[in-house]
Amino acid sequence: MSGRRSRSRQSGVSRITEDQIADLVAKLQQLIPEIRSRRSDKVSASRVLQETCNYIKNLHKEVDDLSERLSELLESSDGAQADLIRSLLV
Amino acid sequence: MTSDHISSLRNPSSIKTRFAHRFVLALKKLSMDRASSSVSMADRYKRYRKVRAAAYASMASSVGPKRAWARALLRKIRNRKMGSNLMKRLGSRTGLLKKRTVLKPRNHREMGSEQENSLRELVPGGEGMEFYRLLNETGHYIKCLRAQVKVMKNIIDLYSN
Repeated sequence: MSGRRSRSRQSGVSRITEDQIADLVAKLQQLIPEIRSRRSDKVSASRVLQETCNYIKNLHKEVDDLSERLSELLESSDGAQADLIRSLLV
Repeated sequence: MTSDHISSLRNPSSIKTRFAHRFVLALKKLSMDRASSSVSMADRYKRYRKVRAAAYASMASSVGPKRAWARALLRKIRNRKMGSNLMKRLGSRTGLLKKRTVLKPRNHREMGSEQENSLRELVPGGEGMEFYRLLNETGHYIKCLRAQVKVMKNIIDLYSN
């Protein structure tokens, strides 16, 4: 990961330190099932970014698949399902 | 699982609930479309695209304008929709209108690592952001994507029983 120092150009925004960035990277790490914190392993920031990208791609793919299944279910719409949809809106 | 479905409704203002509500409304609208039961490949594909767009749009609207990724996502979906409507009317003369190129601010282009650039492409609005902001938005985006997937799965489960 390229070293990032504080940014002083932004008006009204405080400088971002490397620590703050490291903090966010650690938070991201906790979100990714593949690399969630294990006591001894240290995961590099570059690896966190890599796994984050993979994870997001997988989630996008899941959304694609689920959209396709929903679309097929819409094909065969009938009265019972309209009632179901209405009940979900209670 | 019914308990999952109910727990997302217990807190009426949670992101899952707001998303579920919007998305189901959008699905209902789509199901009332005349072409909704067509089985042609082209119509199937169109319907799939609409369902998917509805999912992302519902999530982005539920999140609201405070998140840059949500704003960028809504913009993208609306642009695509307007673009396709325009194409329907103008036919084949829309070569120049097909792509909307956005000028990227110089200092965010190609400066970071390969992973950072990939991340910028995956997170809506990521290309114009400062690195710190990108990380922040990414975290929130992931949480919402997960919620979106869960709710979509729940709806499918309920639908198919």
